[in-house]
Amino acid sequence: MDAFLHQVLAGLATGGIYASLALALVMIYQATHLVNFAQGEMAMFATYFAWSLINAGMPYWPAFLLTVVFAFVLGVVIERVIIRPVENSPVLVIVVVFIALLVILNSVTGWVFSYTIKTFPSPFPAEPIFGQYITSHGGGAIGVTLVVLLLLYAFFRFTPLGLAMRAAAQNPESARLVGIRVGWMLALGWGLAAAIGSVAGMMVAPIVFLDPNMMGGVLLYAFAAALVGGIDNPGGAVFGGFLVGVLENVLGAFVIGNELKLAVALVLIIGVLVVKPSGIFGKVMVTRV
Amino acid sequence: MSRRQIILVAALVLAAGAIPFLVSDYRTFQFTLTLVYAIALLGLNLLTGYNGQISLGHGAFYAIGAYTAAILMDQYGMPYWATLPFAALVCLVAGFLFGLPALRLEGLYLALATFALGVSLPALLKYHHLEKWTGGVQGIVINKPDPPFGLPINPDQWLYLFTLAVAVLMFVLAWNLLRGRIGRAMIAIRDQHIAAEAMGINTAMVKSLAFGVSAMYTGVAGALGAIAIQYVAPDSFNIFVSIVFLVGIVIGGLASISGAIYGALFIQFVPNIADEISRAAPWAIFGVFLLVFVYLMPMGVAGAVRMALARLARKAQNRSQST
Repeated sequence: MDAFLHQVLAGLATGGIYASLALALVMIYQATHLVNFAQGEMAMFATYFAWSLINAGMPYWPAFLLTVVFAFVLGVVIERVIIRPVENSPVLVIVVVFIALLVILNSVTGWVFSYTIKTFPSPFPAEPIFGQYITSHGGGAIGVTLVVLLLLYAFFRFTPLGLAMRAAAQNPESARLVGIRVGWMLALGWGLAAAIGSVAGMMVAPIVFLDPNMMGGVLLYAFAAALVGGIDNPGGAVFGGFLVGVLENVLGAFVIGNELKLAVALVLIIGVLVVKPSGIFGKVMVTRV
Repeated sequence: MSRRQIILVAALVLAAGAIPFLVSDYRTFQFTLTLVYAIALLGLNLLTGYNGQISLGHGAFYAIGAYTAAILMDQYGMPYWATLPFAALVCLVAGFLFGLPALRLEGLYLALATFALGVSLPALLKYHHLEKWTGGVQGIVINKPDPPFGLPINPDQWLYLFTLAVAVLMFVLAWNLLRGRIGRAMIAIRDQHIAAEAMGINTAMVKSLAFGVSAMYTGVAGALGAIAIQYVAPDSFNIFVSIVFLVGIVIGGLASISGAIYGALFIQFVPNIADEISRAAPWAIFGVFLLVFVYLMPMGVAGAVRMALARLARKAQNRSQST
């Protein structure tokens, strides 16, 4: 029982990280109805930025904040420069652009920072502070995820800008008619997504270590999490993230072995898409023929 | 195909057959891999270019083909040429089965599902219960085939000619498939799937079949690739293999048979040149080329060649009219 509890809590800890990245995916999906394949690499790139700041002697939390701002700007720039020209193109074109982005970010990082694996510090103390079942970094990651979710909720619920972004996502034409700059709202959505993704990157880097390919597996779990929770529902994505984290850890430890952990994500993704594409909390989409 | 085109293609094949006798063994090996990629790209193009189903996981079928060939040669002592039909069959079935649930997915979601397949396959290949066959992380080493009938050529040259023969066969089959009833059905589904269904095309069947045939092509390429490289290991089939294939069809030209060859030349030789700059350079170049092609040349190299030829023909016609 002890071992089981331990696995569940460890699963919740990684689940928090998947939840953050899933949240980033949902942000972009809500704004543009696209699934960003480069989300993981954007987070990875931002994490390298944080790493260079910390290496240059900056304390952790200022570097953390600066990285979030940097990621936000990066997201906005990517949307304005690279995504905007293909916004209304066929899906294939958009997927190709995302893949190009993934490849470019991955190789540029490898070029600038080399492919050697680096350690990344955790802001939380090494000795367990949340009891014996969970590392303090794990507990901290869960906390950070929940804070991010809360901030997002407050932003969308209580600020005029949040309202404008929701309007732009829900009904672009009407939003434009009442004077909302829809294009900029989409760019802001990308910026927010990139910022949330950078938090996920900085939380996962102490666990998996920093290297240009570190987000491959995490992105897959985040896809699974977003789909399980419903890809248009932020709360659902967070729930999905924790669920996928626990499932992955418990199944990996007791049922199928660690090698097949990634297959859990594959089965979840295909299973959800085939059986219930709207996920647990998502809206059912109906297209008019 | 007009008579002139047939002569042109025959001349091209003959010229391709002369390559191993003109260049070094290492270059011959590279051209063998180019042919292998051309077959794989043709497979992906059948699915993505002609049928409009996006796959970001074709590296998985390439891997399945490669492993099928390697296991049959390693465990059952089968000759290399006999493994190709098995690799084709295994991948046809695997692709068809994956295509069935994929029927319910469109566009982005299919890309997502296939992406998941491509990312998770190396982990599956390392699974320790399969280690008896797959060799786990170590992979499988296989022997290079010798030329048969005591032909006075070396193994590299023979392998190139063998691959060329298979490639020609696969290209002719694809060309026949695409200009027939099934090919037209595939294109109709890509362009207007509701209209296609209304005209009586069994879209579910055609789409799964397209998936199966596409996987079969890629699987045969995988088997040939394994024989050429003489080694298979899980980590050489990561998601970037699938991405390389995507780069190949976008650069070569979507929905074009000749595009597969341009794309294969690109993905084989550009990294070779770029490697000298930096280890990351080939991928940076792939990424930038993807963007440039999507924005400026969406028809790929094949489309550009077609346009250039059409312009030349028009000019020649104008000249003959004016004189």
